[in-house]
Parts: sequence; C-alpha cells; structure tokens
Amino acid sequence: MNRTVLDSLNEGLLSALKQNDQVILLGEDILDPYGGAFKVTRGCSTAYPGQVITTPISEGGLAGVAAGMSLRGLRPVLEIMFGDFITLTMDQLVNHISKFRWMYHDSVRLPMVLRTPMGGRRGYGPTHSQTLEKLLMGVPGFTMAAPINLLDSSHPQQPGALLEELILHSEDPVLFIENKLQYLLPLYSSEDLSDVEITRTIDSQDERGCFPAYTLRLKGAPPPQLTLTAYGYMAELGRQAMLKLAYEEEIVTELVIPTRLVPVKLSAVIDSVRRTGKLITLEEGSLTLGWGAEVLARVSEHFSGAPLVTARVAALDLPVPAAPSLEREVLPQVENILQTVRKVVNHDG
Amino acid sequence: MMTDLDLYRSMVRIRRFEETILEEFKRGVFAGTTHTSIGQEANAVGVISTLQPEDLIVTNHRCHGHFLAYGGDMRSLFAEMMGRSTGICGGRGGSQHIHWRNLYSNGVQGGTVPIAAGMALAEKIKHTNAVVTVFIGDGTFGEGVIYEAFNMVSLWGLPLLIIVEDNGIAQTTPTKIAQTGRLSERVRAFDIPVIEMDSSDVRLIGLAAGRAVEQVRRETRPQSIFLHTARFAPHSKGDDTRSEAVIQCLKETRDPLKILAGALAPEDVVRIHHEVESEVRLAFEQALADPEATFEARV
Repeated sequence: MNRTVLDSLNEGLLSALKQNDQVILLGEDILDPYGGAFKVTRGCSTAYPGQVITTPISEGGLAGVAAGMSLRGLRPVLEIMFGDFITLTMDQLVNHISKFRWMYHDSVRLPMVLRTPMGGRRGYGPTHSQTLEKLLMGVPGFTMAAPINLLDSSHPQQPGALLEELILHSEDPVLFIENKLQYLLPLYSSEDLSDVEITRTIDSQDERGCFPAYTLRLKGAPPPQLTLTAYGYMAELGRQAMLKLAYEEEIVTELVIPTRLVPVKLSAVIDSVRRTGKLITLEEGSLTLGWGAEVLARVSEHFSGAPLVTARVAALDLPVPAAPSLEREVLPQVENILQTVRKVVNHDG
Repeated sequence: MMTDLDLYRSMVRIRRFEETILEEFKRGVFAGTTHTSIGQEANAVGVISTLQPEDLIVTNHRCHGHFLAYGGDMRSLFAEMMGRSTGICGGRGGSQHIHWRNLYSNGVQGGTVPIAAGMALAEKIKHTNAVVTVFIGDGTFGEGVIYEAFNMVSLWGLPLLIIVEDNGIAQTTPTKIAQTGRLSERVRAFDIPVIEMDSSDVRLIGLAAGRAVEQVRRETRPQSIFLHTARFAPHSKGDDTRSEAVIQCLKETRDPLKILAGALAPEDVVRIHHEVESEVRLAFEQALADPEATFEARV
C-alpha cells in the first residue's frame, strides 16, 4: 500500500514542528484525537503540545494573528479548514500580509505558511467545494505552491517535504494549495510510473530549487502533438487523460505540472509548447479569469506571431452543486479533457 | 521618566509637524493623502512615554503622532510623505504605512488588531516580557475582525494594551449615528478590563497608561484604555463638515498644549516653541532637498 499525499503532508508537518520550536501550528479543530477536518494535522498536538494552538472559528482574525507572529520572528503555519473560507482572510492577505515586506521597504519578513484544501467532487455543495486560489494569484507578494503526487515516494520533493521546506525556510508568506481528493492519492513509486519519463525544470527566482515543474511524457512514444498543463488534483486527471489518449486513440501528449503557481514562471510549459505548438490548460476553478487564462496569455505573448492553438478545460462558471450528477457536470472530468484534446488535435486536421 | 517639559516638547513637535503638513499640502509639496492628529497629541505622548524599549506599537492611518512620540525622525517622516528616497520606507508607504523599530502602521481599519494580537502571542511565546500597544479609533468598532481579536487575546492571555482614541467622529460621520450602545462595554464583554478617560491632559493619560502597561506586563493579559479625545483638524485635508464654532469650542476646552502650558514657566513654553520651530523647518528643508524615491535607492 503506497503512502498517500495526506500521509506525506502529515509527516512534513511533524518533521517541521520537530526541527524548529518556532514553528507554531494554528487552526480550527486541529487537536487530537480529531486531528483536523482532513487529518493533515493528526498527531501534531500529541507530539508537540506546546506548538499547536486550536482556535475559535475566526479565519480573518487568525490570518492576522499568524501575520503578527511571523513579523515577530516565529514561523506560524495556519490551516484554513476549507479553501472556501479563504474569503474570510482576504483583507489580511491582500492589505496586510502581502504588503508588509514591500511597503516597509524590505525591513520585515513574514515567514508564514497558510495551507488549505480546495476542490470539490465530494458533494459538499456550493460553499465547501470551490477552487478559489485564482482570487489570490493576481495579488503580488505571495509564493503560491501546490503539491504533486506523481513522484517516486523517495523523492525529496514529495508533498510533505515541499511543505516542510517552505515552513522551515521560506522567509515570505506562502499559500500552500492542497486538494481534498489529492489527499487520498498514492505517492506513485517509480514502478507505477514505469511507462512515463519525467523531466524536472527549475525556474528563475527559485534559488533553493524547491519548486520544480515536472514534464511527463510516455517512454518510447512518438513526439508529442500537444501540451497539457495542470497542477494539484487536475494533474492526476491530466495524467489519466494522457495515458488514455496514447493507448486508446494514439494521440501523444506531454503533461507539464508546476508546483509553484505564483510567481508565474512557465519555462517548462514554453519548452513543451515550442515542440507541440498546442496548449491546453486544465484547472478545477471556474473558467473566467482563471489560472488557464493567465498561462495562455503568457505563452501567447512568448510566441507572439507564431501559430499557436490553445484551449482551456475548467469548471463551468457556476457554483459547485451538491448533487453528484450536477457536480460532475460543473467540474472538469477526464472526459472533458479528452474531448478538448480531440478538438484541438483536429484543428489542423 | 519624562518631565513635563519633555512631554510638552513632544506634543509641540507633533503639532507643528502636522500643521506644516497641512500648510504645505496646499502648496503641492505633498501628494496623496494624510490624516493628522491635531488636538489628540496627549494620547500619543501620554501612552508612548510609558513604554519600554522592548515594547511594540501597532498604529493606524493617523500615525504621525505615534511615530514622533516614539522617537521617530521628523525628516524621514517628511521625506516619506514627500516621496523621497530618505523616507522611512523609501517612499513606498507614505503617510499611513510605516515601520520603524517596533512601530508598525497600516491604513486599513481593524486588521491591525489581530496582527497586534499575533505579535503579543509571539512575544509571550518568546518570553520577552514585551507589551504590544495597538491604537484604534471609535470608527474601528465597525469592523468585525477586532472582536475576533479581542476574543483571542483574552482567551489566550496576551500582553496587549488596546488604546481607543475616541474622537467621536469617523471621517465625517459622528459616532452616535454609526454605533450603538457603549463601545467600552463591547471590550468589557470579552473580560478585558477597561479604563475610560475624558481628558486632554497628557499627565493624566500618562499616569493611567503607565499603570496599565505595567499591569499588562505583569499579569500577561490584555487591557484597554478608552481615551475620549478631540480632533481639531479634518479627517484628511479640507473634509471637515463640522461647524467652525464646534471646532473653536474644542480648541478652547480640549487643547492638550494649552492645558500643559498652564503648568509650565512661560519662558520655557516660548523657548520650546522656538526650538521646535527650527527643528521642523530644518527637517522640512532637508527632506525637500532629498532625492526622489526610486526603486534602486536604498538609504
């Protein structure tokens, strides 16, 4: 039985708490035996009772508390129970946390990590299923990271290690975007991925090499015709689509998975598009003004004048319904990826 | 311990600094916006004169007085507001977004209170014995996040002193048509002891603040001081809807400078005004001659 993303994140938290007593975990319902709504913090309060603070239901206040702690040299890690509740922290994130270092002329740093699970597909309905990180992607002043599950479990960049690295070493605010279904995914071993070749790309402004983008392609396949790019749980759906397309329809694609979403650096995507000339972005957030829009805009600017075929797969511009049959229609599925790929591939016959 | 002359000088520095700002705004020396605390100087000086070097101040849009009372440099605040590279924050923050030593300000209402709470939590965890002082106004009581913070600082026993400068008016809206009930009772509801004062006498404010600061430090739990106070100048610049008569009455009855000057030797008062005048003029001229802010400049 493979370890899961959840196990790995939990280990990362425990390891960070152990290594530095300035790491303080804050959040709602995070004490054992409950251990947090999604169990990412399980065991933390038992092992490190002095470093774990359970809190009232006060997301806005808590974001401020974490900011104040980080301004004074601690390394707070704040869990927002559902990504939907990020809206309650907006004033802190936009007008305080993202601004302090810059507006105080680099005289302060804010080593804090806010982690939260986004995403639907569990029938939680309109206010507990959203993918809202796009609301913060355009706000300067954050690093935004999304873990990946596609690596050999011994790889140092697996989700927990990335989280641990950011908690212990980032000096600036980090938004760590998790996903509810991604929690349950196994960390694939090298055998699980034996038919896939993986390339790592480290972008600029990543001195410690924390945030590789991973490019997945099928071993021994002809050159890819098309680039897919996705992060988080959508990367898993993208991988499934990539395999289906290759084995069932002989359409060869390449999948680029960034682990850092902000600052937006796309050299792995651009390298791939240089080979394929076609790009489809996959995201679980709603379509309009989303991550895909920014990626396509930047790639288009990069290849200005060159022929480029693009498309986006995203959630419909609707709230996420509770009924499973409706939710399936609103959120992007593997089938939507397949359809969009066929359309784009057939674009030039 | 500051003498009455020190307290007086500190208030005159704030008064003349801010009057200069308002005068020079009209001439286009300053751009953007500003919020002066003319009439409220005794709050800044009274409270901050009781703090220890390790203590922290979290302040708001009306922060010049707090910065100057804390020992901040006049030239660098002028320069910050003129957009000069020598400004406190290199011109990035302007009038209401400054950081110097343990003083932090931000221009959005309410959000500073949980931040001050987080600082107090950090100081408690680090066993530094420092007290965090947060300055808010009556208008801030309309922001919900402050109640989240009041709850947490009381629940967790944090060394936070909440200073409410209640000047009875939020921008142009009188408190009585914006808030219901007694604001101090809202703080008491969180088991935070409140001292309420209606004075512009810096000595009285200093006495009360000194006791509160040491109690917060000793007991590691929050307290609040409500300072009913009077703002003479507009919220910003030229946006005062109050009548001249009302403001005149406030100036006659609630001027902290007049109140303390009455207890000082007249020649000392004249001398201090003279000295501060030169200091303000020099700081202003130096800042004016400083280079414009650029992204490259680091002073």
